[in-house]
Amino acid sequence: MSTRPVTEEDLHGLVDLALDASRQVEVESYLALHPEVAARVADYRSQRAALREALAPVAQEPLPPELGIGRLIAARHHPALAGWRVAAAALLMLGLGGAGGWGLHGLTTSDAQAHTQGIAALSQQATDSYATYVADRQRPVELRADSRAELVAWASDRLGRPVALPDLSASGYRLMGGRVVPTPQGPAAMFMFDDDRGTRLVLLTRGMAMDRDTPMAHRAQGPVGAFTWASEGNGYSLVGALPAAALHPLADAVRRQMGRV
Amino acid sequence: MNDMAQLIEPLIPALRRYARALMRDRSAADDLVQDGLERAIGRWHQRRADGNARSWLFAIVHNLALNRIRQSSRRGRHLPPEDADAVGSVPPAQEHGLQHRDLLRALESLPEEQRSVVLLVSVEDLSYVEVAEVLKIPIGTVMSRLSRGRERLRQAMEGVAKAEPVGASHLRRVK
Repeated sequence: MSTRPVTEEDLHGLVDLALDASRQVEVESYLALHPEVAARVADYRSQRAALREALAPVAQEPLPPELGIGRLIAARHHPALAGWRVAAAALLMLGLGGAGGWGLHGLTTSDAQAHTQGIAALSQQATDSYATYVADRQRPVELRADSRAELVAWASDRLGRPVALPDLSASGYRLMGGRVVPTPQGPAAMFMFDDDRGTRLVLLTRGMAMDRDTPMAHRAQGPVGAFTWASEGNGYSLVGALPAAALHPLADAVRRQMGRV
Repeated sequence: MNDMAQLIEPLIPALRRYARALMRDRSAADDLVQDGLERAIGRWHQRRADGNARSWLFAIVHNLALNRIRQSSRRGRHLPPEDADAVGSVPPAQEHGLQHRDLLRALESLPEEQRSVVLLVSVEDLSYVEVAEVLKIPIGTVMSRLSRGRERLRQAMEGVAKAEPVGASHLRRVK
């Protein structure tokens, strides 16, 4: 046990998931011996959660047209244009016009883009990670489950947002570990789980610039199935060589837990 | 240009949320975000290529918000307390609604410098280092503002009428 004193900074680091694994353990064991401090930390945690919950609806409101990025960029380059002409110019400049007319939600979606960036792409990337890493008997994961705090910190740092690990032990799956993997949309976090029979699952998560909120969809490539969805700009895809009926409840469990983050 | 759009666009909802929490008024906050985005687009080429787009955008919006808040307080304009509700103008989830309202009111009672830090860390998930970048303050100052802000908010929510002054010894270390 370290003798480094626990500071106020450590308490906040714990609340904000900013401590490395070993420090986290030290601070937690300190709290176990100091119930008053532990109660204060618990208050900070619920305060943090309540603030997030109270303000979450603002980020979910549909964007007013004035805040559409395409329109802002177009207005910048063509200040003389105004009103609908700006919106139309935005569509042209982004090359995203098309059948949807120039309605503003048409700005950011096109089928081609969705295919290469959205939920379909995420599903494919997760399946690719599955194919590469699950078959790897030497080193399927970069950081193993015993370094889970380090893994979470690493993934959160590279993805630029807090990444949480689901707990699938109730369904018989243990975390093996994970790594950061590349995608054309930036770094993604790959987590691997297995059960007593050695069945491995891969969960891939990354930020979504498009298809930011998308219901769960299933896709199978041979024996390997993927359930993929996105919520508040965070995309998830759970992949395994399981029939849809077996994989679906696992994906639901992940989604339920991620929703609480 | 598409690069810029792709980096900025996913951040807009969070910038709105931060601006709304600071300005407490939907249209004032959205105006502010619009100004901020226009600036960001205009100065995109001045941004350090290896810099963090998120901190950079939050810094722009934060500085604009601060200017406006200072201007309006110099003019002696008072926002009615009811405006607290404008923060979550979509009524927050049912049974927690009242607690949320209390919490957002308590948040408003914090000094601006503590409120920003609490929001950027707790709600916007900026790292302590990013918050230091956004606010151009040393990280130690980030930590002490965070610590004081959270403690004050906690005491407010506990209904501690005369919030004990949080002493420096209490702040620094607990062991």
